[in-house]
Amino acid sequence: MSRERLRIGYIPLADAAALIVAVDGGFTTAEGLDVELVREVSWSNIRDKLNVGVFDAAHLIAPIAIASSLGLGHVKVPIVAPFGLGMNGNAITVSPGLYAAIAAAADGSILDPMVSARALARVVANRKARGEGPLTFGMTFPFSTHNYHLRFWMAAGGVDPDEDVRLVVLPPPYMVESLASKHVDAFCVGAPWNSVAVDLGIGFILHFVSDILARAAEKVLGMRSSWTQENPDLVCRLVRAHQRAADFVEDVANREEVAAILAAPDRIGVAPEVLRRTLDGRMKVAPDGTMRASEHYLLVGRCGAARPDPAQAAWLYAQMVRWGQAPLSAELLTAAKAVFRPDLYDAALAAPASFVGEPADGIGAFAGPPFDPSDVATHLAAWDIKR
Amino acid sequence: MGLEDRQPMDASLKIVIVDKNPIRAAILEDGLREAGHVQVVRIDDTAHLLARVYATDPDVILIDLENPSRDVLEQMFQVSRAVRRPVAMFVDQSDSASIAAAVDAGVSAYIVGGLRKERVKNILDLCISRFNAFARLQDELDRTRSALEERKVIDRAKGILMTAKSLSEEAAYALLRKTAMNESKKIAEVAQSVITAAELFK
Repeated sequence: MSRERLRIGYIPLADAAALIVAVDGGFTTAEGLDVELVREVSWSNIRDKLNVGVFDAAHLIAPIAIASSLGLGHVKVPIVAPFGLGMNGNAITVSPGLYAAIAAAADGSILDPMVSARALARVVANRKARGEGPLTFGMTFPFSTHNYHLRFWMAAGGVDPDEDVRLVVLPPPYMVESLASKHVDAFCVGAPWNSVAVDLGIGFILHFVSDILARAAEKVLGMRSSWTQENPDLVCRLVRAHQRAADFVEDVANREEVAAILAAPDRIGVAPEVLRRTLDGRMKVAPDGTMRASEHYLLVGRCGAARPDPAQAAWLYAQMVRWGQAPLSAELLTAAKAVFRPDLYDAALAAPASFVGEPADGIGAFAGPPFDPSDVATHLAAWDIKR
Repeated sequence: MGLEDRQPMDASLKIVIVDKNPIRAAILEDGLREAGHVQVVRIDDTAHLLARVYATDPDVILIDLENPSRDVLEQMFQVSRAVRRPVAMFVDQSDSASIAAAVDAGVSAYIVGGLRKERVKNILDLCISRFNAFARLQDELDRTRSALEERKVIDRAKGILMTAKSLSEEAAYALLRKTAMNESKKIAEVAQSVITAAELFK
């Protein structure tokens, strides 16, 4: 079998695990693929290099794949996702000052995102009454899960993310220093940056994103739609290699080895221990060492997480509409759902694992009615705060 | 398109260059000034990038692709309280070649406030050619540096052979060259082996 040369871009984050292990663990080689992994510094670069064909595939935040396919904010290049690299895995980290203020304003356990969101609304109102400037929240990209997760959470408590606070884009490697320098009061980002802030004693993890949505598509393996049509066999081989890598990552017996692969200086480049905690879903959430465990913190291929679910794409599109990034139309909804390709996933695998069980709508949001992927208008009608 | 076939530039445009590499930024700034642009501002502190950009109020923003703060600029496409003036990326749906050329050169351009793309095309082209020129310069510098390193290694190996085998300098060099040819290696590689071996025998 001749070796096919492919170039795949990624951002050094824990949810690139299936991709990095697929390549460095030999799973792509076993499929006859010679993959060059290229570490990138910005999502804009990843998007552009995928769009113009410098990359054959990329570790991509799911909303960028949708935005690119719909031509939002940028040139329109249809992207498809035959494999989900990760579900959940983000967290909201707040400064010690904001953590104390939210805890003081809470009327219950702030582990409950509705309690914390309402407490945030009180903190915001108090600051306004005292004539203080708005709180600033960092997130990674305008079309990012982080942006939508923050907005969904705070808006449920009555905080308008565009009027009551400031949301600013920060590259993930700058999140921690921005929190330390009080440039931001909080941020939503993926691993390992939340843990880095907690370990430095400058942040508290207020929520895992799995508190806000039980299942949230996070990163996908994105490819140009045209490329998948020209190379159906390569798509199959990539999906198989990634599924095997994801299974390897999820096997607790391999954790030590996986953490070492990911921690390499030319890959994610942080301490293996931090990556291990992330994969185990066993996180230090406060500088005093308080731990919190959740088996849903980050799903890499477990519980059907690798199989792209068009309902997830519909939810992300609904957020784009809710916050004024996209118009509402049946055509755009169909186009958004078509980005997530369970058919390509199923075609590559002998026994594809799909998700069954709770939550019934596949999303499991902490607020609002169950999500119906065919009816975005009803989802939007449930909210007062929207654009 | 290079400088030689440029069209008259639009001197009234204010251009911001965001580049942490001071040499490359200087090369680009020089190019823009030569082309008649007098309002060129360099920003190397990306900690407060949005604030700096707003304070400068540019028509065009050029940023290198090694800069993580590119994502910060993308935020300016959005309408929100953090953003005061709409920004668009310099892209032409019909001209994917120009995006590819920019990505290849390692630069990206953004235009502010509904400026017509034709007014910016020359700037992007100049930017691409200067970035490519810088990459060639860097390449040359790296090659010169490694050639210098190789000379040092060869000189040391010659010295070792001259002492150990009582050879003249010419004879020592000839021996290195002959061995390299026989083993299909570079002289510097053979010289490095000589140094390593000499270290072992110390």
